[in-house]
Amino acid sequence: MKEAVANLKDEDFNKNIIVTSIDAVANWARSSALWPMTFGLACCAIEFMATAASNYDLDRFGAGVPRATPRQSDLIIVSGTVTLKMATRIIRLYEQMPEPKYVISMGSCATSGGPYWQHGYHVLKGVDRVIPVDVYVPGCPPRPEAVLEGLMKLQEKITQETFNGPPVVPFLRKLLGNKTA
Amino acid sequence: MTTQEIFSRLQSKFEDNDISIETEAVLEPFIVVPSSLIALISEHLCRESDLAFDSLQCLSGVDLSASDETMEIVYHLFSMTHQHDLTLKVIVPKVEPHVPTVEHVWKIANWHEREVYDLYGVVFDGHSDLRRILLPDDWEGHPMRKDYKEPEIYRGMKVPY
Amino acid sequence: MLAQSTASEERKFLELKPFSDEMVVSMGPQHPSTHGVLRLELRLDGEIVREAIPHIGYLHRCFEKHAENLSYQQIVPFTDRMDYIAAMNQNWGFCLAVEELMSADPKFAGVPERAEYLRVLAGELNRIASHLLAFGTYGMDIGAFTPFLYAFRDREKILFLFEKLCGARLTYNYIRVGGVSRDLPPGFLDDVREFIDYFEPKIDEYNALLTNNKIFLERTIGVAIMDEAMAISYGATGPNLRGAGRKWDLRKDEPYSIYDRFDFDIPVGEEIPGAGAVLGDCWNRYKVRMDEMKESVKIIRQVLDGGLPDGPIVAAMKAIRPPAGEVFSRSEAPRGELGFYIVSDGSVKPVRLKAKSPCFCALSALQELSRGLMIADIIAIIGSIDIVMGEVDR
Repeated sequence: MKEAVANLKDEDFNKNIIVTSIDAVANWARSSALWPMTFGLACCAIEFMATAASNYDLDRFGAGVPRATPRQSDLIIVSGTVTLKMATRIIRLYEQMPEPKYVISMGSCATSGGPYWQHGYHVLKGVDRVIPVDVYVPGCPPRPEAVLEGLMKLQEKITQETFNGPPVVPFLRKLLGNKTA
Repeated sequence: MTTQEIFSRLQSKFEDNDISIETEAVLEPFIVVPSSLIALISEHLCRESDLAFDSLQCLSGVDLSASDETMEIVYHLFSMTHQHDLTLKVIVPKVEPHVPTVEHVWKIANWHEREVYDLYGVVFDGHSDLRRILLPDDWEGHPMRKDYKEPEIYRGMKVPY
Repeated sequence: MLAQSTASEERKFLELKPFSDEMVVSMGPQHPSTHGVLRLELRLDGEIVREAIPHIGYLHRCFEKHAENLSYQQIVPFTDRMDYIAAMNQNWGFCLAVEELMSADPKFAGVPERAEYLRVLAGELNRIASHLLAFGTYGMDIGAFTPFLYAFRDREKILFLFEKLCGARLTYNYIRVGGVSRDLPPGFLDDVREFIDYFEPKIDEYNALLTNNKIFLERTIGVAIMDEAMAISYGATGPNLRGAGRKWDLRKDEPYSIYDRFDFDIPVGEEIPGAGAVLGDCWNRYKVRMDEMKESVKIIRQVLDGGLPDGPIVAAMKAIRPPAGEVFSRSEAPRGELGFYIVSDGSVKPVRLKAKSPCFCALSALQELSRGLMIADIIAIIGSIDIVMGEVDR
């Protein structure tokens, strides 16, 4: 054993040892394998299916394994109009997801009620009234490229997370140009 | 067969002065039927071989104005055998509306009547399963009426924008 | 906020006290195979379904209430979002109803010729796109993932064409009252021809892949037979009625627009005693859709070969103010007969607009069709009647 340690040269360290932080590794792992839950509600679901299909390929982001059950998924992409009848079920599904969990609100209906904001007595004007949302993707429906951008923005947000405090603090700091206090 | 001929047939069969035909309609005339007779007339229209209205195209409730005291239930019928169509209307009061069901004549009427009950509050007597179809079971009010006000809060969620 | 219980919907069946060997399972509203937010309350005896009660309304977006408060032109984008997969045909159905009512006004000149040809082109391309999605998702529900990717690859080509035409991929707002919104971009007809030439042999490829696949046949042949009388009583139209053997298509039997100028067939279901295919089973309903894609290709070819006449693309009118009256008009959407009942009082907004949705009628038959079948067959039925919940709930 002592000989093995004495025989170690400096070059060996570069090949076999990586020095990093737990934050970086955890964030890299979480953002590279975001498994969405199959949660298509309305028209945006069709665009989400197009994003997951071969032309716009969600699989290259690590997110191409939509899980049917919330227990195995990290990400819920609320795609489509949320009605009051459905909102109670969304809360239940969100609570069944294990931490860490993220929410992308896709389309204008999930963001703020969409075209049904004015006379929709049964439409929930934005899914953020019932669950906390990480990324909003506007559009009616958003193009697949916009959905991918939303996913990339979520990945950026995840890389800012830290085990030391609430996840939003470093992200906001970076956004505001690191102006502390 | 034209609507006028069917109207004469119905008048002679049912001998009710309340069955009337509206010929001043812009496109096609329609027949107004009293609500007590709608089930019998529907059966007659469906079973008679030369009428054969085997398809109920649409069953809708209409509330023309908040100040009116009545609503209309409109039945659009079509015959797949003879390819003629017919429009029937039933006028019901807004307070405690009751209409006999036609679900034994056309099976699709089951769901259409549930929808009219849900959105307008019309009770269809004899319906096997009259409960709300589109809105949640504990919803209050009937939204498609002209005097409907949307609720402020439903199960802890704010409804208006 | 805690999740509230959903006991109110199940009240009816808990009151009936299900037998001790029966299980009540809720399938949906979040489920990969229910084609949207449909909830099926299944009363199961092991794997056999004693009763499957559909609960809808999870996507009720108050379309009819919006229609009472918006002008006719403003309602067109909302019709897009009803059956979002075949949005052009929804726009068209609504515009047909308004134009029929406006034809009572002598000042309305009618839809120009060029607009009619553009409408047929858009409508038939969208029919192909819609049937492709039905084919792809049906395969995925049954368990085959490849048809889904092939279908979306071809759908992307059609959506690219639509994006060139009107700027949107899914909700077009293209067919407006009185005509269409935009004329063709340069080179568009050549692009369509290139797509048609590429796509026509693909239909045979997809038939070889899925339609005649042994596993697919075992899952769908003889399952859930909806015969003609039952289909008519439940108001099922479109491929659901044609799969039951009745040759009825509004484009041929009550032609609207310029469909009487084109030569195309109406595919119907067929009995194949050797394979066990019965009129009105899941396989026949699905097969009708595949054959309809071929017919749509035929129609598009005729539009391209015949050439489009020159002229305006929208009828000249000041404001869309139909005369007071009412109209009920139907058109052939990919999922069945889409009907619009409009009551107008002469103003720019309708007094009442009711959309009769073909999927609503077809879905109501699910309860009767599914008695005694197994859970896997329920998936096959839902895929074969091809529902879109945006249209069912409006």
